[in-house]
Parts: sequence; structure tokens; C-alpha cells
Amino acid sequence: MAQPAGACETKPWRSEAAKPFISVRNIVKQFGDFTAVANVDLDIYKGELFCLLGESGCGKSTLLRMLAGFEHPTSGTITIDGENMARVPPDRRPTNMMFQSYALFPHMSVEKNVAYGLLREGLPRAEAYARAGEMLRMVKLEKLARRKPDQLSGGQRQRVALARALVKKPKLLLLDEPLGALDKKLREETQFELIKIQESLGVTFIVVTHDQDEAMTLATRIGVMKDGVIEQIGEPREIYETPNSRFVADFIGSVNLFEGKIDAAAPDLMRIETQDLGAVLLPPQSGLTLGQPVWGAVRPERFALSRAKPETAPNAWHGVVEEMGYIGHMSHYRIRLANGVLIRASQSNRLRDEDPISWDEKVWISVQPSAFRVLTR
Amino acid sequence: MRGWFLPLAVVLGFVFLYAPIVSLVVFSFNDSRLVTVWGGVSTRWYGELLRDRQIINAAWISLQVAFYSATLATIIGTLGAFVLTRFSKFTGRLVLTAMITAPLVMPEVITGLSLLLLFVSMEQMVGWPAGRGMPTVVIAHTTFCAAFVAVIAQSRLRSMDDSLEEAARDLGAGPVRVFFDVTLPVIAPALVAGWLLAFTLSLDDLVIASFVSGPGASTLPMVIFSKIRLGVSPDVNALATIIIGFVLIAVVIAGWLMRRAMRKGL
Repeated sequence: MAQPAGACETKPWRSEAAKPFISVRNIVKQFGDFTAVANVDLDIYKGELFCLLGESGCGKSTLLRMLAGFEHPTSGTITIDGENMARVPPDRRPTNMMFQSYALFPHMSVEKNVAYGLLREGLPRAEAYARAGEMLRMVKLEKLARRKPDQLSGGQRQRVALARALVKKPKLLLLDEPLGALDKKLREETQFELIKIQESLGVTFIVVTHDQDEAMTLATRIGVMKDGVIEQIGEPREIYETPNSRFVADFIGSVNLFEGKIDAAAPDLMRIETQDLGAVLLPPQSGLTLGQPVWGAVRPERFALSRAKPETAPNAWHGVVEEMGYIGHMSHYRIRLANGVLIRASQSNRLRDEDPISWDEKVWISVQPSAFRVLTR
Repeated sequence: MRGWFLPLAVVLGFVFLYAPIVSLVVFSFNDSRLVTVWGGVSTRWYGELLRDRQIINAAWISLQVAFYSATLATIIGTLGAFVLTRFSKFTGRLVLTAMITAPLVMPEVITGLSLLLLFVSMEQMVGWPAGRGMPTVVIAHTTFCAAFVAVIAQSRLRSMDDSLEEAARDLGAGPVRVFFDVTLPVIAPALVAGWLLAFTLSLDDLVIASFVSGPGASTLPMVIFSKIRLGVSPDVNALATIIIGFVLIAVVIAGWLMRRAMRKGL
């Protein structure tokens, strides 16, 4: 992938020389016999919005809680801005956390909730409340400063929680499913608001989420977790286009996987013999040997459907539309090939007056070699 | 079809529960010296009650004992509940769990007897408490009231969102600060209810007080019980009516506090 000029300034992880702001080294967390986090290494750079993505129980929240200081690692080290966090209790860490339940103090007003952290820092009352007021203006809640949390809507509570976590200007803000409790429309609006706030304050964010759309929208980089291990770290685009395993490919978006063996390789083209599709042509990928068992992965939207046989496509198959779902901007298809294999394909609906391919039609399905990604695990 | 059954059941239920209390209140305004004969409305027994030094003294002692033991029990019970809910592992956890709830199931006679033996042997060994009196009753009541407070506080602490305390830690408060800034205010309604419960339990207790009390420290139930042995007198009815009034007020306040807390979702 060609790097645009200046990418190293906004994307420090691409440069070898950049110094990480937070570094997690070989961290392990065990609860009795259960290993929640296993030997995780992670470097996060200043100003990043890093998303830890995974299903519930994958260890992402435990990792976050170790960064906040609520859990002690069984082994390994956490360094934030050059300082080892091993013996630092949560109230002395340069981090703040936004909790999934928001954890607003029910007996304090909105204003008092936000000012609480500043008062604990020893700031004089007047100054603490002035800064809390500023923060509330930023999240557009200055009119509700005197309300109690139980008099607020879900979205308002979420913003109070954000204001309270940001008011101390932490070096690192940890967000545990920050948008999980909001409904879909509000969540989408809030995602962009969150990015705007993060960019304007320049605080490093680590967000834990199970929602892949949320991670893709928010993150500068994503760490995909499974069973206490980070499977892959990368920019959203890398994670989607060049997943390193079947798990990641399937977890982010949907994918068609075809098992096979590499049976021929030329400098500019490679051939995989698959059970399901026969021979498939794709561009060469380094680190592979002839005869190695691999999986060819293709995203559904990369297939082209046509009634006539495509002239030039090297990979094309004939099949019948078994299922079709029209969802407005896209249509999802399930196409049954002659040999019984089912392929998921999707097409974007660009034209209004198109004659769409529909149920039980015979179609040609084709794909460019470059759309394939070869996975070895 | 909704008909008569449900209203009748309600009426019978109320009669079963409240008829004795209502008759007691009514007869406290009876003018006659004979408890079972109606002699017209009068408040003379209330007047007589106020002139009875013995009863007034006993009432004052009971209120003091109830106040001190409820307060001590609330402090000790809350700390015990806090330790049991917030610290998952420590030596003696099982023993503490068992001991804190033991007074709930222990027969009062046993509790009273064991405390009496303790006080007597302590007096012989360390010279304190010198004789039995109000301090020994307060200590005895504190032990069993603390168990009730601990149970109430424990259930409130368990249902409280853990992340509230973590959030306060995260915002820079030390553990002690967190307890006073967040934990205590959040569980306060439950503690007030626990205090009121402990207060009424202490006011109510006859058995344990009989064991550990000494001369000059007879509580109200002890005095009433000794008077009843000579026959029910109408001034006891008047006294009972006043106590019912007190308890009613306490229950209403406790209920109101709990409901308000529930509504706020604390």
C-alpha cells in the first residue's frame, strides 16, 4: 500500500521511530484457572482513538480495567507516558474512565458530578465549578447543570459521563462501550460527536466495543480480540481488506471462504485449487509455499452478477439466485452454484430504474483476482 | 363475579391484624377502672400515666437505650456489611459471616444468658462493667440490632452499582473518601430504615433486657411486664397507645424514605 506523504505525522504507528505513548508488555490476567488476558502486547500513540473490538468475554474489558488500575495484572507491565503503572492506584493514574453504566453519582447534581474530580484534585470550588461549566457547555448540557441524573434522558447521561471523564484532562481516556446504551440513530450521531471532541482535545482514547460498525467509524486503529489474545491490530481499512485470519475476516463484515491448496505460482499470478470453486486465479502473496493448505476469502460486495457470461473475468461461475434481500441501498444475494456451493454476494443499487436480478434467475457470478485474500489460518 | 369475596377477605384480614390494637386504643380512653367495662370517654389514664414516676423513668431509659444501641448498631452493622460485600477474600470471612447473622436465629434467652455470663466474668477479671445497668443493656441490644442492620445494609450494598465506587476512585478519591462521598450517601436511606428498625427492636425487647439489666435500669417493657403480673390496669393501655403512635410514625417515615429511594432508582 502506497503511503501518502506526511502519513507518519498523523499515523505514527506506520513509522519505526515513533515512540508509543502507552505500552502494554506481555500482560497476563488470570482469574483462578481462567485466563482472561493472555500475553498481550500493545503500543498506542499519542492522540490515537484506539478501539478494542471483540465479543463479550474476550478480555477487552479486563484489559481496559487493568489500564485504569481496577485490576492488577498477573504478570507483565503497563507504561503510560514513560511511567510504570504497576504500583499506581486508580486514583493516582493519569487516566479517566467512562463506564458502560455511566456510573453517575445519583445523589449529586450534573454540575457536581462533573466537578467532583476537580475538587478531589484540590482545586478551589469556584474554579472547579467554572471548569465543570465549560465542559458542560462543550457537551451542550449547560442548561441542565442543576438536574439530578435521574432527571436526564439516556443520551444526556451519556454526555454527562463523558464530560465528567474529560474534565480532568486525562492523558488517556478509557471508554467502556460508550455508546452501547443508546438507540441506533442517536448512536450514529454521537459517534461523530465523539470523534470531534477527541480531535479538539487531543486526548488519547481507548474504546472498548463489541460493535464492529462503531469500531470502524471511530477508530484510528482497531485491535480485534478473541479469547484473551489480540488477533490483529490495524487501521480499519487494513482489518477489512487484509485480515490475517479466518476469524478476523468473518468477524468484521461478512466473507466467503473457500478451502484449497496452492497448486501453481507465477511471478504475477497464483492459482489455488479449491474444492468448491475449482481453480481460482489470484495475485501472488508472499510467504506461501506450493501445496500449502489455504483459504481464499472474498467479500460479498466484490462479486459481480450478470445475466450474460462476462467476457474477460478469469474467475466466473454459473448459478441460480436462491435468496435475495432488498434493503434499499444494497441487495443481498445467495447464489447456488451447479455443484451445490452457496455464495453470498451483494450489489449496491446505484440506479433507480434498473431491472434487478431476482429469485430463481440463472446468473453469472464473477470476481477479479485482486479481490481475493489468501488466509493461512 | 368480582363480587363479595375479595372485599370480605380484605376486611377479615384487617380485622385479624388490627382489632386487638384498635380495642387497646379504644379502652385507653375508658373512664372505668375495670378494663373490660366501658365507663365513658376520658383521658384520665393518660394523666395518671404522666404522674407515674416509675413508668416515666422506665420510658426515658428505654428511649435512651434504643437511641444509643440503634446508633451503635447502625455503625457496626454497616461496617460489617461493607467488609463482607466489598472484600472478597480475607481470613476469618466465613466466621464473620456466620457471627454477624447468628443473633438473628439465636433464641433470645440464650443470647441474654450468654451476655450475662460474659458481663459477670468480665467484671471479675477486668472490673468492667461494674455491675449491670444501662451500659450493659445498650451493649446487649447493640449486638443483636447490629445483625439486623447488617442484613439490610448488605442487600443494599450488593444491589448498588459497583462502578459508582470505581468511578469515584477513578476521579481521584482515596478509598476512605469514596466511602463517605459515594457509598454512604447512596445507601443512606437503607441505613435510616435500619436505624429505625433497630430502634423499635430495642424498644420492644424484654427477654435480653431482663437478663442484663440491673437495679435502676428497668426498661419500659420490663416495667409493663411486672405491672401486668398484678393484673391489667388501664394506664398500661394508655402507655401502649402512645408507643403504638411512636412506632407508627417511625414506620411511616421508614416507608416513605424507602419509597423515595426506590423511585429515584438509587
